[in-house]
Amino acid sequence: MRFITRRATAAIAALALVAVACGGDDTAGDPLAQDDAGDDAEASAEDDAEEDDADEVGELDDDSVGVAADRADLLGAGATFITPVMLEWIRDNEPGISVNYQSIGSGGGIAQFLEESVDFGSTERYLTEEEVEDALEIRGCEALHIPDAFGGVVPAYNNPDVEAALEAAGQDALIVSGDVIAGMYFGDITSWDDPALQELNPDVELPGGDLIPVHRSDGSGTTYIFVTYLSSVNQRWADEVGAGSEVDWPAGIGGNGNEGVSAEVSQQPGAVGYLSIAYAIENDIAMMAVINDDGNAVFPTVQSVSEGPASIIDTIPDDFRYDITGVGGDGFPIVGTHWILAWECGYDDEIASSLIDFLTWVIEDGDDLAIDLLYSPTVGDFKDRVLEQIQRINSVEPAS
Amino acid sequence: MATSPPTTERRSLKGSTRERRGDPIFRAILMVAASSVLLILAAMIIRTSIEAWPVFAKEGIWGFLTGRQWSVGTSRSEVTGTYGALPFIYGTLLISFIAIVFAVPLAIGIALFTNELAPSWLKRPLTYTVDTLAMVPSVVYAFVGMYFFRIEVWAPVGQFIAGTPAGEVPFLSGPVLLSSYWSAANILAIMILPIITAICRDVFAQVPADEKNAAYAMGATRWEVMSKIIVPHSFSGIVGATMLGLGRALGETLAVAVLIGSTRDMTSSVFQPGDAMTALIANTFQDAHPEAIWALLAIGVTLFFITMAVNITARLIVARVNTRVSGGAVA
Repeated sequence: MRFITRRATAAIAALALVAVACGGDDTAGDPLAQDDAGDDAEASAEDDAEEDDADEVGELDDDSVGVAADRADLLGAGATFITPVMLEWIRDNEPGISVNYQSIGSGGGIAQFLEESVDFGSTERYLTEEEVEDALEIRGCEALHIPDAFGGVVPAYNNPDVEAALEAAGQDALIVSGDVIAGMYFGDITSWDDPALQELNPDVELPGGDLIPVHRSDGSGTTYIFVTYLSSVNQRWADEVGAGSEVDWPAGIGGNGNEGVSAEVSQQPGAVGYLSIAYAIENDIAMMAVINDDGNAVFPTVQSVSEGPASIIDTIPDDFRYDITGVGGDGFPIVGTHWILAWECGYDDEIASSLIDFLTWVIEDGDDLAIDLLYSPTVGDFKDRVLEQIQRINSVEPAS
Repeated sequence: MATSPPTTERRSLKGSTRERRGDPIFRAILMVAASSVLLILAAMIIRTSIEAWPVFAKEGIWGFLTGRQWSVGTSRSEVTGTYGALPFIYGTLLISFIAIVFAVPLAIGIALFTNELAPSWLKRPLTYTVDTLAMVPSVVYAFVGMYFFRIEVWAPVGQFIAGTPAGEVPFLSGPVLLSSYWSAANILAIMILPIITAICRDVFAQVPADEKNAAYAMGATRWEVMSKIIVPHSFSGIVGATMLGLGRALGETLAVAVLIGSTRDMTSSVFQPGDAMTALIANTFQDAHPEAIWALLAIGVTLFFITMAVNITARLIVARVNTRVSGGAVA
């Protein structure tokens, strides 16, 4: 007994020491190094990790590539939606800036950005009026919204009978309107041969069967885009449900994440869900064509999603806080923006120049990577406006 | 091992000075260890209650517990949404209750079989299997439930039940959806089975062999021994096991979040989707605005008090039954 007691005391003391040592390490080093290494499955992952682990040593390498030395590593956090392409951008960016990106969701990204614990935030919804005012107070200058990509949200469904009927009628995709989608999610349209659906697809012999709407159970930018669209086209939806990253759904089943919704849609016969376009295309899920503001039924593709924002470019305000509604022409109407949040003041010079270089590269040269991964990049005049916005980073002195 | 008077006496007789000094230190360390539990618990309750307070203040505690609408707001400084937790409380209690109803009889059966009936070559594998089941992480249960059980087993069984005359009762009426209270309750039953079984096995093994042998000697059958001696004797243990299982069921998050279907209507049928407290927290906290996070913490506080109430009830039951049963056994 005696010896055990003493040994235990020693062990506890030793443990405490170790714990203290570990704790110190964690705060000093960057825990995100693991994130990077984990996410980049390719060979370069090791390089990244090495760079992160030994910053000073890594700098030498970078200098030899011919980049200005006044750079710093960046820390960002936010939307999961952008993560796949963000990781590619981080890996391939030509200024060679190393960025740690935490994929924690838009809400977390905004929170960390406003707490100033990251260099940039990343979000699928723009800041609320209250958040904008808080931001002014927190840092003494504006929080800048920098759009870097667009994402479509597509209605997907699981009904082999409907697909067969479409094929028999020689029609490519089931056509729906905003009102019909709203009807499904209100629980009013409960059957696949509902007159409202039949009216939009007159040549198709729609089979019956229960129609079960599936929505996201987590708060999500995808939901935000989807319900913002529904609110813009359906007055009843705007009045009774409204928009937000999490809403009080009148009907339907919830699934967690794109994966959850897609599993629910593919397993539950007769289900309708909404998915991020990249996810739906990659998983080969049947999508619907949606009628836009000009009355054109548009099938979701990377191109038709890019058309949407282009068609409303003149109405986008200077502060880049906007929803994309009223899309016409050849544009797919359910589309949202991904923003980088950055401050107009208060960065160290190295961090500011790294951030500007990185974002400029993303907007100017990151398009191909984005398109490869089924994201729609900024186009034309809009690109120029975004580049101007990027130059505003750290351009003013904080108001005291 | 317990510190009974003789031990201390012997130790003090041959103990050295150093040991006498070591004793209080050791006691102090143990005291710190024990009190740390209380401190951690207190810190958690106080902290979450403070954070959640604005929501309770706006809705009223009763209003929060009985409200049926959950519409989150977007504010950072005040409570602008409507927060009623009833659908989630109902869901959590319902699926946990169903899980207990399924799991406890099954667990008692498994424990009786392993202890009393199983041939010795089967005993060990059976024990190991149940223990292994307890070690499977809940994410694995979640996925097996999502991609296999609910499609191949639970939904068909649900269809069958809804098709029988029992299906006329609103509680058991169709249509049967894959994501439902029913699926969540079934995965919970499987998940809490091992812990209940393991404890039952242990308490059944504690039944004095004398009593069992006496019963056998009187000509009792195996059934009579099990139902009249072993189970009554172990009643408090079974209640304890049930409560541990219930605790796990109430707190289980991932598997429930994946299977319950996350709908905020309190649908009357178990075959329809609903929502549970843990599932709501896990699903929505990541993207929540600050005020919604307070509301989620309020849910957490509520869940904590529900768990505590369950625990206290269990102790009361055990206390009452113990006096009655031991009294009866003696008489």
